[in-house]
Amino acid sequence: MSATWLGKRVQAALVFALVVVIVAWCLAPFYWTVITSLKAANAIYYKPTTYLPDPVDLTGWIKVATLPRFQGALLNSAIVASSVTVTSLSLGSICAYAIARLRFPGKDVILAMVLAVSMFPGIAIISPLYLQFRDWDLINTKLALILPGVTFTLPVCIWTLVAFFRDLPRELEEAAYVDGASRAQTFWHVITPLAAPGVFTTAILLFIASWNEFLFARTFMSKVDQVTAPVAIAQFEGADIAAVTPWGEISAAAVATTIPLVILVLIFQRRIVAGLTSGAVKG
Amino acid sequence: MRIWEDAYGMTATTLASRVRATVPRRSVQVTLEARFAAFLVAPALLAIALVAFYPLGHAFWLSLWKINLRFENTPWVFVGLGNYVDTFTDDPRWRNALRVTGTIAFTSLLAEFVLGMVFALVMNRAFRGRGLVRAAILIPWSLTTVVSARMWQVIYHASYGVFNRMLMDLGVIDAYKPWIISPVFTIWAMIGADVWKTTPFVALLLTAGMQLIPGELYEAAAIDGATAWDRFWRITFPLLKPTILVALLFRMIDVFRMLDLPFVLTGGGPGQATETLSLYTYRVIFTDLKFGAGSALAGTTFLLILVTAFVFIKVLGAPVAGSEVER
Repeated sequence: MSATWLGKRVQAALVFALVVVIVAWCLAPFYWTVITSLKAANAIYYKPTTYLPDPVDLTGWIKVATLPRFQGALLNSAIVASSVTVTSLSLGSICAYAIARLRFPGKDVILAMVLAVSMFPGIAIISPLYLQFRDWDLINTKLALILPGVTFTLPVCIWTLVAFFRDLPRELEEAAYVDGASRAQTFWHVITPLAAPGVFTTAILLFIASWNEFLFARTFMSKVDQVTAPVAIAQFEGADIAAVTPWGEISAAAVATTIPLVILVLIFQRRIVAGLTSGAVKG
Repeated sequence: MRIWEDAYGMTATTLASRVRATVPRRSVQVTLEARFAAFLVAPALLAIALVAFYPLGHAFWLSLWKINLRFENTPWVFVGLGNYVDTFTDDPRWRNALRVTGTIAFTSLLAEFVLGMVFALVMNRAFRGRGLVRAAILIPWSLTTVVSARMWQVIYHASYGVFNRMLMDLGVIDAYKPWIISPVFTIWAMIGADVWKTTPFVALLLTAGMQLIPGELYEAAAIDGATAWDRFWRITFPLLKPTILVALLFRMIDVFRMLDLPFVLTGGGPGQATETLSLYTYRVIFTDLKFGAGSALAGTTFLLILVTAFVFIKVLGAPVAGSEVER
């Protein structure tokens, strides 16, 4: 009796310890970046480094916040990521609906094609895209990021939505048909409202993927005022071109770029997990 | 009946109601439905065809030429499969990149799956604060790779990095180490950063897979007196195998595509110690401006990915969506 009680206590303590380790593992690097961003410029170069910022210094944050180049990069990222998300969702949702619900030949081929694109290394098509975009004068325009962005987010979009659409109760659609609704009417009036949560989840996944895109952004945007946030951070030189790397400013910029994602993650964690795993793990 | 179910994933009841509604003009109905489906599917397929498959064909065409864009007037020289032959027979830097990518694939994936499994086993239990753990675990996943690379640069710094300070405080090392500028440590430091960022994704997939395993199996095993160890190896692991295979495949492909982490964290260095296949290809194309040779390298990487995917899906039987008959 007491042996099992003890065993349970030990087990609970072990799980608790593991939970602490996991949370610490996930947050420690991010936590350290926040700490670094709050240190005074010279305090960053102390050896050994100090575990806490003493005193807390907001210079790095103020410099980043007032850096027009970085503000522009955040804005560019927001524009590109939203455009990609909306376009990809529009194309992907109707495609996914057809695959999940309608009878037509060639579904396997389409799904295999989509799967193949999700395995594409971006590097495999970057040279022709570059030449093409150069000929079309698209280099340094947002379209050069939106076009490949849409194509590369479509597989995730289609997969996730097919899984969601399949889980919707079919009876409601059938009732609509019996009442004489057309396919298109059924899609807009019955499916769309039912699918809204799934579509929303997919939107979050697409936005994050597109916000984080680096390869195309790095290649197709060469003008300083056109780069997206990840490229800006990769090339960060700071407010004044100093001899030393401005780690405080870089850290502040890194945290600032991450804040929109952290907010999305905190609010929609349950949905994100569901969406992430629905395409990959079959129930 | 079976055939219908398999092909269209319908249950018997919905099939019956559908048959009732459509029997008189079924063939008309089916063509109309197929036409509507084609209309819905076309835009997405067009986007994929124009911005993925057409460029892929174009890249293959480019890979058959010697192209140097450094000088505007250098003529293109047709070399057929010459670029590929050069890659396989006479390119030590490609072989190095292959070795680097292989090392990362093996070590990173091994660490991620062992750690991811531990995370998943913990997350699969009911405890207070599960939401907190889930939120925490999503943060490395959602982070931009470039941002995480910058974070790790600060952490690994040779003289004022916190990693050195911590290891010193714990007595693990007796002098500061140049984690990301030494030919010995750099690749391992990079793998560490990669494992940190990708373990959550693996853990989430494994947790989702575990939740599909019926609880009765564990109850029955417990009645039979199986230990936790037995339960893991005889129930969890075998039933989780499909999930593991899919997750492994995704991660393998990601390693073949890995570019931003070495690009920002180490620049592929020191020397070429952390130059992955994708990074090497990128440099041939955009630093050397050799669009032909670079396209051949990219084609080779894509071929490696296809072979990997084929092995996972056809040989090992990874149940990737679209690779098997639909539900």
